[in-house]
Amino acid sequence: MRRGIWAWLWLGAGALYFVVPLAATLQFSLQARRGELSLQAYQNVLASPAFAASFMFSLQTAVVTIVASTLLLIPTAYIIHVAAPRLRTVIDVIVVLPFVIPPVVLVFGLARTYVRTPLTDSHLGLHVLLVAGYIVLSLPYMYRSIDTGMRVIAVRQLAEAAQSLGAGAWLIMTRIIMPNIVPSLISGGFITFAIVMGEFTIAALLAQPAFGPYMSLLASSKVYEPSALTVISLLLTWGSIVIIQLLGRRAGGVGRTGGA
Amino acid sequence: MQHVRSIMRGRGRVAIALAPFLLFLAAFLFWPATSIIVESVLDRQRNLTLANLMQLGQPFIMASFVYTMQLSAVTAVGGGMLGLMLAYATVSDALPPALRDAMTTFCGVASNFAGVPLAFAFIATLGQLGVVTQWLRGIGIAIYPSFSLYGFWGLCLTYLYFQIPLMTLVMAPAIAGLRREWREAATSLGASAATYWWRVALPILMPSILATTALLFGNAFGAHATAFALTGGGSQTSVVTILIGAQISSDALANPGLGNALALGMIVVMTLAIGASSALSAVAARWTR
Repeated sequence: MRRGIWAWLWLGAGALYFVVPLAATLQFSLQARRGELSLQAYQNVLASPAFAASFMFSLQTAVVTIVASTLLLIPTAYIIHVAAPRLRTVIDVIVVLPFVIPPVVLVFGLARTYVRTPLTDSHLGLHVLLVAGYIVLSLPYMYRSIDTGMRVIAVRQLAEAAQSLGAGAWLIMTRIIMPNIVPSLISGGFITFAIVMGEFTIAALLAQPAFGPYMSLLASSKVYEPSALTVISLLLTWGSIVIIQLLGRRAGGVGRTGGA
Repeated sequence: MQHVRSIMRGRGRVAIALAPFLLFLAAFLFWPATSIIVESVLDRQRNLTLANLMQLGQPFIMASFVYTMQLSAVTAVGGGMLGLMLAYATVSDALPPALRDAMTTFCGVASNFAGVPLAFAFIATLGQLGVVTQWLRGIGIAIYPSFSLYGFWGLCLTYLYFQIPLMTLVMAPAIAGLRREWREAATSLGASAATYWWRVALPILMPSILATTALLFGNAFGAHATAFALTGGGSQTSVVTILIGAQISSDALANPGLGNALALGMIVVMTLAIGASSALSAVAARWTR
């Protein structure tokens, strides 16, 4: 019984610390009109062309990042599973390297390495660098979810079975592997989406008109609108993370029954 | 069957399939990282020099490294201890399972909650005009100017928001993995609950605890956006990541060596923290086998 009291006590203290800033942000975002609660700050934000422009820019960047990273990682994970399991340890180390190189160091390295090349001298080049940076940032999460997806469906046996029935590499990839790892692709995609939509450091230091830098800029001129933006961006990123967690739980269930 | 074997075994095919990924990493991760290390020991004429690294000895840079390490240490140890307690709560059977699931999901979400939105949430809470600040003022407690959200303790308080859940997320499975038999064995030998935790559970968990604490240290050390959004990049002492950011956005040609040296210092600290963390995790894994 005494153990129970401690668990509840810690939970209560934790809840206070974690819930109060969220509640305060929500309240702050509703205070744009003096003396009453209103959605004024949200209306101001949503009506602003700068909001729409930066939001669309980040959305577009997120989609390009997810597609590029999927195209890059599916063949990699596939070949590791099917033909080169010995390289697994090497790849496992490589994909966690982004944890050792923080975003600010990554963008510093990229900016220095490609200074006075088309990658830093043109709009398109900078956008390519931005997407490349985001692929690196999301690499540990994206690779892990694709890798887990392939392990769950026993990709090697599937590929062997398909080959013995005469399927070529392209057919195996598009008709067998891809449809079967869709849940992993979705969860990896949502993580990447959450990372890209909230990212500030790389976008700001490459002077890209993304959502993160826009939020930060807005704070210097407005009081209540940044809170409204925070609530909007929270709903977006937290929504996608909750979806991932639910998917993960379900994929875990599939793995357990499938593996048995 | 011949066909199968050729696809499965062909080294050339493996190389071709891995090439795009490896080329991408070479161009956008390995080369930039290597060039930071190489450039930090070269001068403008590309001769070997220690001058860039010596610049790290300047008082404001030393102060920044010390400040960032203190911030990382306080939030790693503080967040580690609080996160451990919370992890205990999430696996304790005293709480309803639905609530424990909700807490785990929340921790997954909050451990990713860093950067500009996190800073804004704390400004709305404990900034000069923040909701809690105003409320405390209303009941006669003025927390400003003795406390500032934009100073050391304000940053600590804000960083804890993602540090605590990260600790909880990693430690909850470790605590759940403590075998029931260990506890029963200790109890049957006459150990009290406190003795069991202090002499059995804690020593078993210690490698995981230290591994995760090292991870939290690195997590705080590499954070940029949260600190930038809170301090505006200016002010007295800043964290190292802000100094590095300033080297990109300011005229980089003014002192190219300094940025490289700072980035190298960052990589060294991060490698030590993450390296220590994975070495300790390997030790911890012995118990869960």
